[in-house]
Amino acid sequence: MTKIEYLSLSKGQRAIVRVAEGFKNFGLGFVGFFRKLPSKFTKMWMVILSPFYVLKDALINGNWITRANFLVCGFSQLFRKQIARGILYLLYEVVFFWFLFKIGVPNFAKLGTLGEFGPNATYLVFNATTQEFMPTFISTGDFSFNILLYSLITIVLMIIFVVLWFFSIRDAKLLQDSESVGKFSKNSDFVKDITGKSYQNVLLAIPMVGLLAFTIIPIIFMIIIGFTNYTSVHTDLFDWVGFKNYSNLFGGASDGANDIVQVFFKVLAWTLIWAFFATFTNYFLGMVVALLINKKGIKLKKLWRTVLITTIAVPQFVSLLLISQMFSGTGIVSRLFMDWGIIQPGFELLSDPLISKIIIIVVNMWVGIPYTMLICSGILMNIPEDLYESARIDGATPFKMYMKITLPYMLFITMPYLISQFVGNINNFNVIYLLTGGGPEFKLAGLTVPAQYGNVGQTDLLITWIYKICMNDQKDYASASVIGVLIFLVVAIFSFIFYGRSNSVKNEEDFQ
Amino acid sequence: MAKHVRSARAVEKTRRVLVYVILSIISIIWVIPFLYLIFQSLSANANPGSFFPASGDWTLKNYGLLFSSTIAPFFRWWLNTFIIAAASAVLQTIFVLMTAYALSRLRFKGRQGIMKLILLLGMFPGFLGMVVIYMILRLFGLSGSVFSLIIVYVASSAMSYYIAKGFFDTIPKSLDEAVLIDGGNKNTVFWRVILPMSKPIIIYTVLVSFTGPWGDFMFASLLSQGASDMAQKTVAVGLKALLTTAPSAALPNPYGLFCAGAVFVSIPIMALFFWLQRYYVEGIAGGAVKG
Repeated sequence: MTKIEYLSLSKGQRAIVRVAEGFKNFGLGFVGFFRKLPSKFTKMWMVILSPFYVLKDALINGNWITRANFLVCGFSQLFRKQIARGILYLLYEVVFFWFLFKIGVPNFAKLGTLGEFGPNATYLVFNATTQEFMPTFISTGDFSFNILLYSLITIVLMIIFVVLWFFSIRDAKLLQDSESVGKFSKNSDFVKDITGKSYQNVLLAIPMVGLLAFTIIPIIFMIIIGFTNYTSVHTDLFDWVGFKNYSNLFGGASDGANDIVQVFFKVLAWTLIWAFFATFTNYFLGMVVALLINKKGIKLKKLWRTVLITTIAVPQFVSLLLISQMFSGTGIVSRLFMDWGIIQPGFELLSDPLISKIIIIVVNMWVGIPYTMLICSGILMNIPEDLYESARIDGATPFKMYMKITLPYMLFITMPYLISQFVGNINNFNVIYLLTGGGPEFKLAGLTVPAQYGNVGQTDLLITWIYKICMNDQKDYASASVIGVLIFLVVAIFSFIFYGRSNSVKNEEDFQ
Repeated sequence: MAKHVRSARAVEKTRRVLVYVILSIISIIWVIPFLYLIFQSLSANANPGSFFPASGDWTLKNYGLLFSSTIAPFFRWWLNTFIIAAASAVLQTIFVLMTAYALSRLRFKGRQGIMKLILLLGMFPGFLGMVVIYMILRLFGLSGSVFSLIIVYVASSAMSYYIAKGFFDTIPKSLDEAVLIDGGNKNTVFWRVILPMSKPIIIYTVLVSFTGPWGDFMFASLLSQGASDMAQKTVAVGLKALLTTAPSAALPNPYGLFCAGAVFVSIPIMALFFWLQRYYVEGIAGGAVKG
C-alpha cells in the first residue's frame, strides 16, 4: 500500500491498516529471525573457534619464550620488557592456583552431596560462668552454603583465569611477531596502552569487579539456591532437590500442601496493574503540572516548583510511613472521613483491598509527580518555540498543540525513562511495604497459603512477597529464589518488547 | 477587531486564574503532610488523629530528646547515615562517571555486551542478591556495620550509568579528537576536558547517590537485622523501629520523636535540593532524555 492510498482512507480504515501492518511486521520479524538463524550459528561457531586458532598458532610458530606462556602466564612479557603487564599476569596465576588448591578443590569434592553430617561429637569446653569443663555438642559437619559459595567463586575465578591465560599467550605471540620485524617493545608502551587503546580497562576494572562480586555472583547463587531445599529447617546442610520448588509453586506439591499458583497469578496481575498505573499516572499528571507551571505569564514559577520539591526532600520512607499512619484506623484521614460521614466508624480504609489499592496509586502520585515535573520542565523548555508559533498561526487550539507537538516530542525523548520507570515500578518495594505492608490478607475459598510462602497479602507485589518469604520464620530462600526468577522473566519479556521499539536506544550516536 | 482582541485577552485571563487556582490546590495537597509532620513533632503526646497538637501539648521536648535519649540514639543514627551517604556519594559518583564515559565515548570489543549485561542484571530483583550478600558479609563478620553498607551501595554503581552516558553522548566527539591530536591521551580527555564540561551531570549524580542511601530502608534494614546494637542502625531503620515502640517513661511520645527525627533528616536534603535544583534539572534533561 502506498502512502497516498493510506492517506485517502478514513480514520477507522487507517487504524485497521495499521493494526494489520503491525501483525505483518511481527510475523515477518518472527520468520526473519529463524531464517537468519543458520548464518548466526555459523558466525557463533567462528567466534568460538577463533581462539583455538590463535593458540595453535602460538604453539606451532612460537619460540620457547612464547610457548613458556602456556605454563607461566606473563613469562614472555617479563622477558620482553613488559614488566608491569607480566607481573600482573603472573600474580593472578599464582593467586588463582593458591585459591584453587586451598579452597576450590576441597569444596568441589563435596558439591555433589552438598556436605555430610559430621560425627556427633561432644567436646569438653571450658564454661566461664561455672568455672569448669562442660560436655558441649559441637557440629563438625559441613556447611552447604559455604561449599556452594566457594565452588561458585572458584568457577568464576577459573573463567577469568582462562580468559587471562588466553590473552597472555596471544599477547606473547604478538610481541614475538613484532620483534621478528625489528620492533622491540619498551616498558613505557604499557602506560601508553592503558591511557590509549585499552583505557576502557582502567575505567571499567573497579566497577566491573564490584558488579561481579556483589551483583552477578549473588544472583547466580540465588538462582542455584532455587534448586535446593535451603530453609530455616536446613540452615547448615541442605540438598539438591531439582525442580521441586518450581513444581510446588505450580501445583505439583506432593506433601499435601495447597498449590500456590492461584495466589501467584493474582499477585502477578496486581504487580502489572500497579506498574502500569503507577508509571502512567505519574508521567501524564507530572507533565500536566509541569505545563501549568511553565505556562507563559504564570508568575512565581520558582515558588510552585519549590513547594513540590519539598516532598522530594523528605526521604521516602518518612513520607510513606507518615501517610500510612494518616490512613490507618486512628489516623487523621480516617477520622476526617468519619466526621464527614463518608465511612462508618471503625472501618479501616486499608482493610479493603480495592480501597487500599486506590490509595496506593494515589499516594504514589503524590510521591512521584514532583520528580516527573522536574524532568518534564527541563525538557519542555527545549521544545523549539517556532513549532508552536506556526501551529498558532494555523489556528490550533492549546489542546491540539499539546496532542500534536508536546506529547509526541516528550514521548519520543523520554521513552527510555518511561521504560526504566515501568521496570522500576514492578520492583518498587518502598511504596507497598511501607504503606500497607502488603495487607489485607487473601481470602480465597478452600485455600490456605502454606506458611513457607509468608502471609502474602492482596496488595503485595512479587518483590514484597519475596521479602516476606525471606524474612518470616521459615526463611524459605528456595521459594523466594523461584519467585525471583519468575519476576526476572516477566520483566525481561516486557523490556525487550519496549526496548526494541525505542528510537533513542537505536540511535545513540545521533548527537555526537 | 478591537472587541475580538479584548475577548481573547479575557479568555487568556480566566485561563490564568484557573491555572493559579489549580496550582494553589496542588501546593496545598503537597505541603499538608509536611506541615502535619512538623506539628506532630511539636506535640507532647501522640495525637495522630488531629492536625494540631492538643492545646496544652505544644512542646519542643521531642527535639531535645533526639539528642539526649540513649534508648533511641538518634544522633548516632544520623551520623552513621551521613557517613554512609557521603562516602557512597563520592565513590559512586566516580565509578558511575568512569563507567558512563567508557561506555559512551570509547569503542571497544564487548561494549555492547557490557551494556546488555547491565540491562539484564537490572531486571533481576536486586533484593534477592542482597540476601546472599548479607549471608556473605555475615560469613566475614561484617554484617550490620556502616562499612558493609558503603560496600553494598558502591559495588552496584555501574548499574546506574544510563543518565551520565546519555549526557556524555551529547558532547561532540571532535573535542576528544582535537585533544588527541594535540598530544593528549584519553586520560587527559576524560579528566581535563569532559569532566569540567559536565558540571550538571556530576552534581546530579552526587545528589542521586547521596539521597539514595540517605533514604534507603530496604537494604539498610536487611543488613542491620543481625546487629542488635542500636548504635549501628541507620536513620531509616531506627526511626521505623520508633513507630512500633510503646510509649514509656523514657520515651513518652515515640511517634512525636519519629516526626521530629524525620524533620531533622529532611532538612539537609531540602537545603541541597534548593541549592542545586538547577543542576538537577539540567543534568537529567541532558542525560535521561535524548532523542
